[in-house]
Amino acid sequence: MPRLSRSVPPVLCAILIVYAGSAHALGPPTPASALEIVIKWAPLLLGGFAFNILISLLAMALGTLAGFGLGLLLISEQVLARRAAWSVMQFFRNAPWLVLLFFAMFLIPFRITVMGVTIPLPDWVKAVIGFALPVMANVAEILRGAVASIPSTQWEAAESLALSRRQTVWLVILPQCFKRMLPSWMNLYALITMATVQASIVGVSEMLTITAQVHAAEGGRTDLFAPLYGFALLCFFLYCYPIDYMTARLERRFNVR
Amino acid sequence: MNAVADWFRTLYETTGINLTIFYDAYDFQRYAAGIGMTLFLSVASIVASVVIGAAGAAAQGSGSALVRQSVQAFVVVFRNTPPLVQIFFFYFGVGAVIPGIETSYGTREPLLGNVAWAVISLSLFAGAFNVEIFRSGIEAVPRTTLEAAEALGYTRLGAYRHIVLPLAVRVCLPALNNNLINLLKTTTLAYAIAVPETLYAAKQIWSESQNVLEMMLLLLATYMVLVGVFAGLMHQWERQMRIPGYHR
Repeated sequence: MPRLSRSVPPVLCAILIVYAGSAHALGPPTPASALEIVIKWAPLLLGGFAFNILISLLAMALGTLAGFGLGLLLISEQVLARRAAWSVMQFFRNAPWLVLLFFAMFLIPFRITVMGVTIPLPDWVKAVIGFALPVMANVAEILRGAVASIPSTQWEAAESLALSRRQTVWLVILPQCFKRMLPSWMNLYALITMATVQASIVGVSEMLTITAQVHAAEGGRTDLFAPLYGFALLCFFLYCYPIDYMTARLERRFNVR
Repeated sequence: MNAVADWFRTLYETTGINLTIFYDAYDFQRYAAGIGMTLFLSVASIVASVVIGAAGAAAQGSGSALVRQSVQAFVVVFRNTPPLVQIFFFYFGVGAVIPGIETSYGTREPLLGNVAWAVISLSLFAGAFNVEIFRSGIEAVPRTTLEAAEALGYTRLGAYRHIVLPLAVRVCLPALNNNLINLLKTTTLAYAIAVPETLYAAKQIWSESQNVLEMMLLLLATYMVLVGVFAGLMHQWERQMRIPGYHR
């Protein structure tokens, strides 16, 4: 299937976002222009953005690890394990991410005690777990899809070499799957990064929370909403667009037909 | 109905499992209204996003480079920014700029409420994905098919309507369904601008009745049913529309 050519320079899009954000800042003279305010608060806002990235990386790592286990269960030969893993996957794939986040926030205790050691679980750690759940289900599905896309002759060839099932999976099938999984996995990472702002709804002070605080600190001027949220849009765009671009390129390269 | 209410009240008194919505008429009405709002948001933004997708895909085939580039910029921006920030940008940022209307009390009322902005931003977000999906479908129609239609004396528009579009829709249906199912789940984001949809209703109920766990599980079950039914319907449609001899 021919892919969309991504020829529009990202710079053009960046300019569009900034323009849309500051268009009405050109109006009547105000105490401080929107651009000045955004620049003044940029370090704080970017710190919040870094926190978003941290949450996304941790959630992705945790979710990938768990999803790998779940995916292996999905291709297991045991019917019961396969069925159970399938229901778990469907459950976490079909639930809205925000609902899962609420779930993690309200139902995970704020600290746990393991063998006499008390481990505190601050809100952002709970958010990481909340985001890792849908990542787990999606990684499992990506792994299952990749395994299904390996020609059955590979299984037969491994069998004729007298490899056990475990050897077949680990030495023959999985190494071929990684390449096929990479584009979908990167796409999932971009999605989870964009979803991390939802943590602000449940009280984690990441970029969107800080943006609202900055807005309040500047006197709550309504004309500041657009530039401040526009800045948040710009940050995420500059981070996610390269990932999207590379995903598309990898997809095109691997789908040589 | 009374027997059900009694049963759930007894359940609460004996086990402590408090499902207020089944015996408290007010909570029931609130939760039902929430589900209704979720359905409204979904249907409205599904329809609008499909229209945006079709229009965008058509515009990408236009001869003007400016039109093509603008559509491409729209797609790239909306695909690569968080939908929640988009909703805030539109609702707070753009909503504050466009002129409002004076109410009879003399206060300023915004022209578009939170529900309208939720539908607009959700449609634009999903529409950006739909543009790409439709376009890939149109491009997947083999050139030879088009040439065959031309040889049979179809006009350009006729070939588009009777040959390209029916094939393209069938080719991109799985991707489209996937995106629309995602859109149904994304409607929960409207919670952030206080649209009284299912999540919002559930939050209100559990804040008042202190039954977080029960409401959470009910909320998940509700979305399981909503998404399950919708996905089932779409997959059935997909099967009916399958092109014989295409894809395996």
